[in-house]
Amino acid sequence: MKTRGLLAVAIAGALVGGCAATAAERDAASASDASAEQSTKSATPFPSTYKPYPSADTAITGVTIFDGEGGRIDNGVIFMSGGKIRTVGDSGTAIPAGAMVIDGTGKYVTPGIIDIHSHLGDYPTPSVAAHNDGNEATSPVTPQVWAEHSVWPQDPGFSRAMANGGITALQILPGSANLFGGRAVTLKNVPARTVQAMKFPGAPYGMKMACGENPKRVYGNRNRLPSTRMGNLALNRQTWIKAQDYRKRMRSSKPPKRDLAMDTLAGVLDGEILVHNHCYRADELYQIIDMSREFGYKVTAFHHAVESYKIADILAEEGICSAIWADWWGFKMEAYDAIPENAALLHQAGACTIIHSDDENQIQRLNQEAAKAMADGRAMGIDISEATAISWITYNAAKAMGIADQTGSLKPGKMADVVLWNGNPLSVYSRPEKVWIDGAMLFDSADPNRRPVSDFELGQPGEGDVK
Amino acid sequence: MKRFATLLLCSVSLLASGALAETVAITGGTVVVGDGSAPIEGATVVIRNDKVIAAGRNVTIPANARQIDATGKWVTPGIFAGFSRVGLIEVGAVTQTNDANASGSVFSAALDVQYAVNPFASPISVSRAAGVTRAVVSPSTSSNIFGGFGAVIDLGQDSRPITKARAFQFVELGETGHRRAGGSRTAAHILFRAMLSEARNYASNPVRFDGDLMKASDAKALLPVLNGTTRLLVHVESANDILKVLDLRKDFPALKLVLVGASEGWRVADDIAAARVPVLASALNDLPAQFEQLGATQSNIGRMKRAGVQVAIGMINDRDAHQLRYSMQYAGNLVALNRVPRASGLSWDEAFAAISSGPAEIMGMGSRLGSLKTGRQADVVIWNSDPLELTTQVEKVFIDGVEQSLSNRQERLRERYRNPTPGALPKAYDH
Repeated sequence: MKTRGLLAVAIAGALVGGCAATAAERDAASASDASAEQSTKSATPFPSTYKPYPSADTAITGVTIFDGEGGRIDNGVIFMSGGKIRTVGDSGTAIPAGAMVIDGTGKYVTPGIIDIHSHLGDYPTPSVAAHNDGNEATSPVTPQVWAEHSVWPQDPGFSRAMANGGITALQILPGSANLFGGRAVTLKNVPARTVQAMKFPGAPYGMKMACGENPKRVYGNRNRLPSTRMGNLALNRQTWIKAQDYRKRMRSSKPPKRDLAMDTLAGVLDGEILVHNHCYRADELYQIIDMSREFGYKVTAFHHAVESYKIADILAEEGICSAIWADWWGFKMEAYDAIPENAALLHQAGACTIIHSDDENQIQRLNQEAAKAMADGRAMGIDISEATAISWITYNAAKAMGIADQTGSLKPGKMADVVLWNGNPLSVYSRPEKVWIDGAMLFDSADPNRRPVSDFELGQPGEGDVK
Repeated sequence: MKRFATLLLCSVSLLASGALAETVAITGGTVVVGDGSAPIEGATVVIRNDKVIAAGRNVTIPANARQIDATGKWVTPGIFAGFSRVGLIEVGAVTQTNDANASGSVFSAALDVQYAVNPFASPISVSRAAGVTRAVVSPSTSSNIFGGFGAVIDLGQDSRPITKARAFQFVELGETGHRRAGGSRTAAHILFRAMLSEARNYASNPVRFDGDLMKASDAKALLPVLNGTTRLLVHVESANDILKVLDLRKDFPALKLVLVGASEGWRVADDIAAARVPVLASALNDLPAQFEQLGATQSNIGRMKRAGVQVAIGMINDRDAHQLRYSMQYAGNLVALNRVPRASGLSWDEAFAAISSGPAEIMGMGSRLGSLKTGRQADVVIWNSDPLELTTQVEKVFIDGVEQSLSNRQERLRERYRNPTPGALPKAYDH
């Protein structure tokens, strides 16, 4: 763990590695009739103002394509136009006249990489105390806070994630000090003056929950509930009971005064906000599953979940994703049984597998993390294709974030969020060469002017350097 | 395993108790000597007892040798972690298992990791299975800028991990030093100078020593730093802090400095090279994680190398107790930079040396460790492919000539849950 994490433990009693939370609220775009759209819109403040940047009709030829959904095309062609993917096919695919053609011989194309678990912006660099905006660690139950209100768009980490990791979308979560950490926000990895100009249009909200050591340590140290795992569950359940009551009364003829915290929880119970639950141990994952049954909501993804492999069969049956590291382990007791084959064993069981970073450095190498997880699975005899490993950091993440209908794979009509790699992205020797977001080329390794430099870095040593 | 006595007795080494060394010929592999030279295809490595006898083509295979066919595989020296806390921490947040520092101790420079390194710690066996065979193990700091003595260890499965005790002293002189000294760099530098002065006083009259700043034990510990017989590993990141450390030799000419971290080293690479101070550098820092590393870039090591700095990879504060298996990945990433416009990386040969002979040489142990040159300790790894590639697996590990078990908790858990569904008996009976 980096110094920052250790400091967090020592100073703030905050989190030992791995924090996450998410919440999601359906954007108006998905509403089908006008009145519903109207009411949802008025209930959805801080709307996205993101607009795609200008794009050129572009084709990449002779390239190896991993489509994000487990498909692979050798010597393929991809054509994008108007910010969308138009065609993906073999070498015979027709390219419309006037398109810019990039020779992709020896190179690879993937969907833009998606990190389902990031704290860029809410724990930005430099990691000074003034920037610690990821944990509202003043109460174990804070579903009223929204991560987007902490995100600093000038975090230099966004640019590194794009240039070195090909990240085009990411979910920013509150930390894991709290049982209910607050709402998460999904962003396009586009530099902007405001976080609203980064918000992924139409993405549902997530809600971050956390179980295990972090909440009980943070609040137990203050001699308050929860100080134990049973305390965690008790306070969780009491909160859900309140949320159920609030939801019922909001639908009655005499609705109560609006409560931001309860709004988020009611959104979860309505199935509009997706639960992203930080949780490590297999026995605790199952406790959470039972709690979700008791109150009638669904966990979309367990985050960190280093022991998912012990109940991979159950997770497959429940249809719950595991968003995990390739190989982190040992930084705290509940991470002691982590193994590098976690992803492979989940894949083998047919459970949804996602590789996440939770880290401003490894977000720059999610492709490498996926490669290691694939290789460790193969070494124990589990057959995993390269195209499958790529799905762990693209389509599967998009599914669990509720944006797979728009991005996460190279299918006609989807956003042209695309990375051209200078070699196989599962090799340590490969790097992004170009990155497009909604068809706009926002990174080109050969062009210093196509590299974002945040306000913070202007006039500083190394401004505009290759990083 | 083989244990070098602390000071001048390095040439006398005792075979470890327990495991048997033997004569082994590893034939037909792509052999990486680890000294920065190019891999040799179809080559042979011969080890006898604890030493490398020969590595290359046209090597005579002793009649009594156990032969291992490495055709299609790679044979390299074991990975040498240039900076770590391995063996000091079992579970990071479980304080009873964390011996990296001692915030409640009255001692500082006298603290000595040799009494804490646990050869049976899980991170040792996990790292060994990944091909890591030696490591620089450093204390961290808590109540003083000085952390104490670090060691060089092997990661063998035997009970004697210390290759060289008191191999160096560790000190913080960047932002962490600022904090440890009471809140400024001025405080850190005056503390450094004052403590070394007190060490001098101690030397002149040990019996009547009455230090203001430290115990006699600490003063005694700083003496070999003062006279240059023990290396001083200094953690600094910023260009300015690096220059101030190089300047320390104006007042303390004998200091044998090694920079650790040095994320902005590239900005003052010519100064570092001119001062002939080696660097155990973080490989992939590229964020302004703190103000002391605003200029961090993955090209740091490549640029320092081009400027003539003696540089190898260390992993300070970067999962440095549990994830030494990242060493190969980090080295591979530096190779990747060669294909990134305007970036500065390392050649493959340089990159492998940065995690083998490089750290050994910086620690003054290059004649005994870190490569497959004749006479080196027989730390040898057989890989199924290019050791810097992410998909490559370790097949065999020798440390001091002894073939090692690659088993560990992670492997046992994996096998238990290969099929997660319990059978006729609970999983607890599956072992």
